Amino acid sequence: MQKEVYSICFGCSVRCPIRVVVEDDRVKWLEGNPHVAGMEGSLCPRGMAGIALLYDHERVQSPMIRTGPRGSGKWKKASWDEALNFVADRLRKIINEYGGHSVVLGERTQLSTHVSKTFLRAIGSPNHFTHDAICKGSVNTAGRSLFGYTDAQMNFDYANTKHIVMYGRNLFEAIEVKAVNNLMKALDNGAKLTYIDPRVTVTATKASRYLMIRPGTDLALNYALMHVIIKERLYDLDFIDRWAQGFSELKSFVQQYTPEWAEKETGIPAHEIISLARELGQDKPSVIFHFGYRGAHHTNEIYMRRSILMLNALMGSIEAKGGLFIKKGPGEVGGKPARKLTEQDLPEVKQVRFDKVGTNDFPLPDPNHGVGQILPYAILEEDPYPIKALFAYRFDPLMSIPDTNQTKKALDKLDLIVSIEINYSDIAWYSDVILPESMFLERMDSIQQANGLKPQMFLRHQAVTPRYDTRPGPIILKQIAERLGLEKYFPYNTMEDLVRWQLEGTGFYLEDFKEKGFVAYTDKQIFWDRKDGIKFKTPSGKIEFVSSLLENAGFKSFPAYESMPSPPEGEFRLTVGRCAAHTHVSTQNNPYLNELVPENHLWINTKEAEKLGIKTGDLVEVSSEVGSGFIKAYVTDLIHPEAVFMLHGFGHEAAFATRSFNKGLNDSVLIKNITDRIGGSPAFHDTFVKVKRA
Amino acid sequence: MSKYYLFQDSKKCIGCRSCEVACKTNKGLPVGPKLCQIITIGPRFIGNLPRASYTFMPCFHCEDPWCVAACPTGAMQRRPEDGIVFVDESLCVGCKTCMTACPWGAPQWNPETGKAVKCDYCKDRLDQGLKPACVTVCTTHCLHFGTAEEIPPIRRERYAKAMAALE
Repeated sequence: MQKEVYSICFGCSVRCPIRVVVEDDRVKWLEGNPHVAGMEGSLCPRGMAGIALLYDHERVQSPMIRTGPRGSGKWKKASWDEALNFVADRLRKIINEYGGHSVVLGERTQLSTHVSKTFLRAIGSPNHFTHDAICKGSVNTAGRSLFGYTDAQMNFDYANTKHIVMYGRNLFEAIEVKAVNNLMKALDNGAKLTYIDPRVTVTATKASRYLMIRPGTDLALNYALMHVIIKERLYDLDFIDRWAQGFSELKSFVQQYTPEWAEKETGIPAHEIISLARELGQDKPSVIFHFGYRGAHHTNEIYMRRSILMLNALMGSIEAKGGLFIKKGPGEVGGKPARKLTEQDLPEVKQVRFDKVGTNDFPLPDPNHGVGQILPYAILEEDPYPIKALFAYRFDPLMSIPDTNQTKKALDKLDLIVSIEINYSDIAWYSDVILPESMFLERMDSIQQANGLKPQMFLRHQAVTPRYDTRPGPIILKQIAERLGLEKYFPYNTMEDLVRWQLEGTGFYLEDFKEKGFVAYTDKQIFWDRKDGIKFKTPSGKIEFVSSLLENAGFKSFPAYESMPSPPEGEFRLTVGRCAAHTHVSTQNNPYLNELVPENHLWINTKEAEKLGIKTGDLVEVSSEVGSGFIKAYVTDLIHPEAVFMLHGFGHEAAFATRSFNKGLNDSVLIKNITDRIGGSPAFHDTFVKVKRA
Repeated sequence: MSKYYLFQDSKKCIGCRSCEVACKTNKGLPVGPKLCQIITIGPRFIGNLPRASYTFMPCFHCEDPWCVAACPTGAMQRRPEDGIVFVDESLCVGCKTCMTACPWGAPQWNPETGKAVKCDYCKDRLDQGLKPACVTVCTTHCLHFGTAEEIPPIRRERYAKAMAALE
């Protein structure tokens, strides 16, 4: 019998709403939820390939316990009891000897992150981190420094914008389906798209203005834009008067950064900068300067992301139609959000975090996410204390944390590595135990609290029973906790129990999600009144150009711009990014997605390649201070001569994932593990590499 | 020609190839055959702007199909009621004559079955009142499907809008 199930995709972390057609416990079809505006059936290739993942025999099919050295690929199949007992026994020993804080859990932020956090609190560890800081920690901090909101608490009214400016925000390849469609709608209505990137992407091919900027100099461009906008009074005077604090300081700061100065730094002609500023002035306040999704390029990342947000403020685009808005939660209409397990009375944990976030050493990054790339240093230097166990929950430190060689050395010091994983990722391959999680079509998940212009809740319904011997993550963690005598913090036996517990007091019930997959707290879009109603969460209640968050921690709001160094002769600035077919490091072995893009290539500028005698298709050796590897070259005019580029997420070492094994090069092998010490992001684009024919 | 028209509004296409994945998913195809395919040309600079063309290539469902004429077993057929050209797998012997005959390379090889396979506009879905798989999931809704008369005049409307000086 055929039935339809409304659920939530997990082809990537956007989590688009989907409709699944199921017949006799098999998934027959998958599409975007037709009841959701902007989706209407649409789904990107990563989501559409979910069925290929569901039936992929190369997934982890049962719990596995390592029998040879780490990474040797010698495994024995285990029952769940055996594997869970194994993990619990070792964990108990480690906690008894070194304390709960010697256990770290890293994961990609997900709907059941509240369960992982509860698990750690229950065992007495402060050491939960998410992938977020590694992707965009500095964007988060920049948002809090200016508006009191993180990047995740803001979004854009794409559909109504008149002009959008994107700095390497490759939306048409990164693909959030709703955002793509809303932006397409705006473009169809005549909106302008200015795209700034040292490399031509699909997004660049749809732009009305493309600027091939010298890599790493976007901040200089933004200071010059502000210079023109302020000098020519193109900004929204009333809005700045009402809402901004520190405008005069900003004004005197950017006085020195003329378009002519920026031309020398960025390679973008001064007249282009001036005409862009003027156009934006005309289109305000319906303009968007996109603060980016990944914001992890340079050690001054926080200032780059702040400059983008300041440009939005100058244009008065905050809470304007076609601008940037702050997401509204259920509280705006008197509703209640779903409960989280972390709201329970959990044991206090007093130790500092492994990454020292929240201490004077590292005051500003968001402790809700931590700073994951610090982990190898914390383990190797036993600073602030020895770390003994790592849970890698669908997060791969070997590919996502820069400097894989260093990360491996750190992992080698651990007494226990447990992966909760769907695929044979590299970290699963390097673990002691793999606890296989059911993929998104096989599990119910915690409620998605979808704040936005209209606050809603979505639910990932289970579409089919698991194909293999896998379980949902929150059940796995509960079953470990039970073995440690901590079951009282996990008041559920099934995922349905957990969701019902979450919904208590919200006025909504599990059954309400059946018909369309979501419930709405209101049917009207909520914009705050731009004159008096914007609830900035900064200490001053205003937009803080001069930021109390920064200044109180001893950092400047307007440090002088430092020129971005060009690579020495014969070297290149390594840049990385993604394509429409793959999500980070997790999809390269999907049969259909692997067919679309099986390996990465090194983009190199034609003239530079000529000097090195490199042609498209040649195997080249790329090396940096920390590592080297081999990759095929793609010679092109579509990239700035100072940069080379490769897609992130290739060069897998897990041999059971045969399609992605040893295909292409892992960018993390090459990239140095350095961090924006204020914002928290790693600096993925601050490594120079040498390239030569292999 | 079939009575249907599959129109690609290429201005909106981002070359993401969700159409290809949806097609293969619906037909349960292995790696290899692509019943529809996005062919990307470029990007190249046209003046200061990089431009690329993302062209959607399914089967055209010809009025007098080369593949049907060439097929020695009668596996390749044209559905009389709507002109959809399809292959009846049970009759296909895998001789590949259709692949040779088609000027656009529409018929594909299925290495798992050892037979030809091609776009049939998802006639199984059409018969249930649905649209082809590729059109249904197209990320930007740039693919449109219907009878030729049903396709909206998207290009004319866009041109008229661009020309109108009402603002």
